[in-house]
Amino acid sequence: MIWVDTIIQGILLGGLYALFASGLSLVFGIMRLVNLAHGDLIVMGAYLILLLVTILGVSPFLAALIAMPVMFCLGWALQKFLLNLTLGDDILPPLLVTFGLSIALQNALLETFSADSQRLPTNALTTASVQVGPISLGVMPLLTFGSAVLVIVALNQLFYRTELGRAFRATSDDPTTASLMGIKPANIFATATGIAFVIVTIAALYLGLRANFDPSIGPARLVYAFQAVIIGGLGSLWGTLLGGIIIGVAQTLGAAINPEWQILAGHVAFLLVLLVRPRGLFPRAND
Amino acid sequence: MAYSVTTQTPASRIAAIAGVVLIGVLIMLPFFAGRGTIQDMFFILTMLVLAQFWNLLAGYGGLVSIGQQAFVGMGAYALFGVVILWGMDPVPAILCAGVAALVIAVPTAFFAFRLNGAYFAIGTWVIAEVVRLLVAQWKALGGGTGTSLPRDATRDMWFVSTIEDALGLRSAAARDVLAYWLALVLALATIGGIYWLLRTRRGLALAAVRDNTEAAKSVGVDADRMKWIVFLTSAFGTGLAGGLIYMQKARISPDAAFSVTDWTAYVIFIVVIGGIGTIEGPIVGVLVFFALQTLLADFGSWYLMTLGVLAIVVMLVAPRGLWGLLSERTGLHLFPIRRRLTGGKLTSSKE
Repeated sequence: MIWVDTIIQGILLGGLYALFASGLSLVFGIMRLVNLAHGDLIVMGAYLILLLVTILGVSPFLAALIAMPVMFCLGWALQKFLLNLTLGDDILPPLLVTFGLSIALQNALLETFSADSQRLPTNALTTASVQVGPISLGVMPLLTFGSAVLVIVALNQLFYRTELGRAFRATSDDPTTASLMGIKPANIFATATGIAFVIVTIAALYLGLRANFDPSIGPARLVYAFQAVIIGGLGSLWGTLLGGIIIGVAQTLGAAINPEWQILAGHVAFLLVLLVRPRGLFPRAND
Repeated sequence: MAYSVTTQTPASRIAAIAGVVLIGVLIMLPFFAGRGTIQDMFFILTMLVLAQFWNLLAGYGGLVSIGQQAFVGMGAYALFGVVILWGMDPVPAILCAGVAALVIAVPTAFFAFRLNGAYFAIGTWVIAEVVRLLVAQWKALGGGTGTSLPRDATRDMWFVSTIEDALGLRSAAARDVLAYWLALVLALATIGGIYWLLRTRRGLALAAVRDNTEAAKSVGVDADRMKWIVFLTSAFGTGLAGGLIYMQKARISPDAAFSVTDWTAYVIFIVVIGGIGTIEGPIVGVLVFFALQTLLADFGSWYLMTLGVLAIVVMLVAPRGLWGLLSERTGLHLFPIRRRLTGGKLTSSKE
């Protein structure tokens, strides 16, 4: 029974990793840009929520709701005024610029908020659990997983049911032709990054509610997100969720055997998938 | 008509003479400089080696790795392993460091080459993390907390007593001088070796792959093989540097030896700020980096923030770095690799 429990905890943890990964997947899918600062942006989002909670005295959920439009604008501006300048055939500029951004952001957070680990205030809801048969499930992990599924459903709806989604797909396929049809790729990219930042805020909310965070943990979140995206196959959002689940289950199983093996087990699972299915489980686009 | 193909320029000839003088001064440095200067120079030289190898990977091979710490850490741990477990002298153990890095580079390349572009970058990082976590399980070398080189191993190291006698130094200072000379040899061999490589047929193939992979393939260049050569060469060199750095430190821990900031972020900033894709770039970059570090040492995280922002600005405003700016304006190349036709007269073909 303990193993079933471990695996279910792992699946729910996978929801958190899928949340980390969705923003990365969205941006990559539309503009082939991998943002190496993604993990640090999640941590920045968590600090922003914490700041709002402290100043306004509201609950973290409300604070995240307030933070979302702020983060959208930040993402929009970041893409429009910085990252758009790096896009092109050469892969070096986007990589090196986002890497520079990652280091700068980490140290800016360190300077502003110190290295002390923080946590968003929890209440009865966040520590509650529900009993399903013999297994006790935390409300918080369930909520995280549900949010991940919701985000992915919403993104799929956005992609395939709206005008903006059509513009996203068109720009992703061929920016030049899309711009002949009256789409401005620069603005589409900026909007996409804005949306990715909204997802980052949701990820940040659960990151801060579930565990302690400090300015240095960003890169590890980026690595988990990246692994989920690669395992799932580039461009497939449901694949990303599955990738997150695989990493989550591998980590909880590893931790159940030996606490020191938690992170290692996740990495090994990733390398195994890479060995067997180099293009991920559900490859879609030929990138 | 006597035509000849040459890569030399007047500037490169002057630079070669100046280089010989500079090398002479650097060799003699321990005879008149203090211990602090020697340690600073050791830091500059080892960072220069790491930067040259990362530049070979990213600037010439198009392989942006952020997992160089895997090879630094592996090299360092291999050195500690053979010294502590087999009782080998630390100086020849540096070679083992390079070999160990080469050994883990093979599976790393096998996995990472399945990923393209940016995903290759994060893939190398994941593998570096795996190596760090595995090494932290190695209880004989102190596990997660690390270990030190045994006192008798560092005291009886090759050449140390000779240097003590010749320069009249105490053991610790003599070890620094030895490490400095080894770093100087490694840096010169690295720059010389990379320059030589770039001027051979392989170097031409490498430049072709960098500029246009498909076109290079179409004229018979084996692009995949070039990637392997570059990746393994750079792993070996990075491992040697890692072994040497930790021989000088004589104290190791997994978090320090596999630090992404120290062994990859700094190195990337050095190359980007100096000028990627040139041999001169990392040399300029490491000097700027050292100057910034000296100036901003007291400001802690502000320093890294400045470096990050500076790298972004350089990448956007001058993608070829400071050296690129200079050489575009002046046409100056200290290590020219471009083949030029000289001699004879260019006549139009009238037949």
